Amino acid sequence: MKFGDEPMPGDPLPILPGHVSPGRFERVLRVGAFAVTAELAPPDSADPEEVYARARIFDGYVDAINATDGSGANCHMSSMGVCSLLTRVGYAPIMQISCRDRNRIGIQGDILGASAMGVCNILCLTGDGVQAGDHPQAKPVFDLDSVSLLGLARTLRDEQRFQSGRKLSKAPRVFLGAAENPSALPHEWRAMRLIKKIEAGAQFIQTQYCYDLSLLQSFLQKLEDLGAANQVFLLIGVGPLRSAKAAEWMRQNVPGIHIPDALITRLRGAEDPAREGRNICIELIQQVHAMKGVHGVHVMAYRQEESVAEVIDKSGVLAGRVPWYPGRDRQDPAQSNTADSNTVDTNTVDKVAS
Amino acid sequence: MYRMRLWSVRHAHGLNQLYRWLENLLLMLQPLLRGFSERRVERSLAAVERQVKGFMFGCQMCGQCVLSSTGMSCPMNCPKQLRNGPCGGVRANGHCEVLPEMKCVWVSAWEGSQRIPGGVDALRGVQFAVDRRLQGSSSWLRAVNERVRTASSARPGAGQPGAGQ
Repeated sequence: MKFGDEPMPGDPLPILPGHVSPGRFERVLRVGAFAVTAELAPPDSADPEEVYARARIFDGYVDAINATDGSGANCHMSSMGVCSLLTRVGYAPIMQISCRDRNRIGIQGDILGASAMGVCNILCLTGDGVQAGDHPQAKPVFDLDSVSLLGLARTLRDEQRFQSGRKLSKAPRVFLGAAENPSALPHEWRAMRLIKKIEAGAQFIQTQYCYDLSLLQSFLQKLEDLGAANQVFLLIGVGPLRSAKAAEWMRQNVPGIHIPDALITRLRGAEDPAREGRNICIELIQQVHAMKGVHGVHVMAYRQEESVAEVIDKSGVLAGRVPWYPGRDRQDPAQSNTADSNTVDTNTVDKVAS
Repeated sequence: MYRMRLWSVRHAHGLNQLYRWLENLLLMLQPLLRGFSERRVERSLAAVERQVKGFMFGCQMCGQCVLSSTGMSCPMNCPKQLRNGPCGGVRANGHCEVLPEMKCVWVSAWEGSQRIPGGVDALRGVQFAVDRRLQGSSSWLRAVNERVRTASSARPGAGQPGAGQ
């Protein structure tokens, strides 16, 4: 049976030589562009329109959209559901998978299902503990950790089999990512731990918020010392702080986030703290852009998603490039000419040999 | 017990040596153990292991001990049971994000590893996902059997791996 009003799915792109996925995000990184990703907070709703409305906010400013998987151990629409909706209209979602809620049987099935739905990017995370969220009475699963999850996903893709050895008739073509937190203890171990993730299969990294760039700088230096610079695409986590009070709350209540006192003092002294927060974010993006070994930024602007376009625009990191969004190439002729000038030659030599 | 775990990490060097010695002792005793049924040996050793390692390291009897690669800090005490290093939620005081009163087992592992020769290098190895079927079984026996298997397969003209186990 075929319905007359079937939606047109977002068709996959051809997989280029040296690429693992048919996705736009991998292409942007491999041609050497400074990539921008943003985090979409899945709705507490079963309405697809709420997902699309949250994605549209980023139109023209981001290369890929992260769909969180029960972030903070709070219940929301699943990452799989959000990603499947986004691929229908052609967005490039990054499906986050946390080890907290599913075991290896569930996760392997989800990776196949997501790939079948057109998901090309997967971010492998450990996940927050259940005590942090709205269902602290739930059972934490943690059958895998982020490193063994990466290995599992890579086995599905590259060896075309489940962990059990059972063969797949078609492997999921996914670009694999992981997270890192250069600001968390033990600082001297973080770079080494990242290398472990690269060895396990990570091809791109999205970091936790980096407000203290001196910590980030020493992390990058350590990576270089260990010979791992440019072994992986590194996207640095940034986000606008709403006020000094919000920053202090985050610093105290969200483990692993380090915000220097100087930033909090600056927010406190500002006439319009929210504006100052966005200015700080813009400056951070520009400084991160200038760092060696950084390939993009990951903007996490929880409940301030509308500010992403502004901070990216003002930071100038897109350098006139307009990331794809539904309808970008259907604009009026004058504008589409501008978009054409952004067309990149896909044969450009890969900047990263991962 | 928590204080004992911290003590074990502070004495990672000595405990690691004791572990090696114990493994060699078990290896020497291995021919004697063949006189008993494998199930009986397994049960007895697992019972001793549970008591000793439970007291020293807060051992959860995962059956796949990696203590000597983790600075004698048992990773199964991590509320997320991470086997490959700390999560991003380590607090500024080095404590756990889930249990704020507990020091992160991976911060301990990092400290313990520096006390063991080659300990930091051992942290680099990727640990595969735990085989949950081995829960409750003896890691000691598994390690000894593994060494016997490796030795016998390395010997020229040796029989099938695992023969005589």
